[in-house]
Amino acid sequence: MHIMEGFLPLYWCAFWFALSLPVVAYGAYKMNKIIKSNRDVLPLLAVSGAFIFVLSSLKMPSVTGSCSHPTGTGMGAILFGPWITSVLSIIVLIYQAIFLAHGGLTTLGANTFSMGIAGPIVGYLVYKGAMKWNVNMYIAVFLAALFADWATYIVTSIELALAFPAASGGVLASFEAFLAVFAVTQVPLAIVEGAVTALMFKYIVQLRSDVLLKLNVASPSIINKLKEMSV
Amino acid sequence: MKMELVVFAILVVFIGAFAYVSSTGTHEWSGSDDQAGNVIEKLTGGTYQPWAHSIWTPPSGEIESLLFALQAAFGAIIIGYFLGYYRGLAKARVAASSEKQEGNLNA
Repeated sequence: MHIMEGFLPLYWCAFWFALSLPVVAYGAYKMNKIIKSNRDVLPLLAVSGAFIFVLSSLKMPSVTGSCSHPTGTGMGAILFGPWITSVLSIIVLIYQAIFLAHGGLTTLGANTFSMGIAGPIVGYLVYKGAMKWNVNMYIAVFLAALFADWATYIVTSIELALAFPAASGGVLASFEAFLAVFAVTQVPLAIVEGAVTALMFKYIVQLRSDVLLKLNVASPSIINKLKEMSV
Repeated sequence: MKMELVVFAILVVFIGAFAYVSSTGTHEWSGSDDQAGNVIEKLTGGTYQPWAHSIWTPPSGEIESLLFALQAAFGAIIIGYFLGYYRGLAKARVAASSEKQEGNLNA
């Protein structure tokens, strides 16, 4: 989902920066507040960031014969919400832009919007919605991470389509062209990402369910039920 | 242990799909990011020139994979450290509470 350096016209770079930077700024403010008021959450915050570091470094082969990478943002989105996850994501994206020539500083705004904001918002909403429907929490996590991953790539396609409308068919035609590159390739990866994220939550439930309660991720009755089930 | 098995099964299917696809034709296994660049070129008829270039590019594929491995290792260390630390804490808590009970029995 990295849009390469210089591969968006200047005004679109500016547009996505204008959308992303306020979110990241507010996310940084929220992150500061939650760390100060609640030192207990700091390790899980570090683990959420580290999870993005690991997953976004894995370029995996897919059924389409090309490679892509998961995003790892679902975990942060569920635990801390999209605001704070945008901060974790931009750190990874800056590292990759500077040291790996993956993505770029000019396209940082657009990449932050797709991976750090749009994906986590979708993941967060999927999780909350699934929990409201009394879906098993691990399945809710699986779905949230899966759709956060997938949405990231769909939004990347939208960003590229807006900047490069096709001569015939306009934005919609080029959206389809970019989706053809990303959408199917990403499906198996999103499934793997969802499964691994759900496994992480199993360990968090086992080890630090108190923090899940504090962060309002699940209710005490749900946590107790999960512990008894021992999946 | 059940969930680990489910995740393992999903990984096996994923690897199986890769093995099947790579045995049924020639594929480049190129990155989808680069393919998006090709689509841009096709859509604009090759007229779009990137107006900025990466300030630094890893000088070789080896150095690039080194930096990717460092990124993954850094993340994995943090995850492993905290999960291990929590596991140790939980064990110590159980040990401490059972010691307390034994103490009560002796008294």
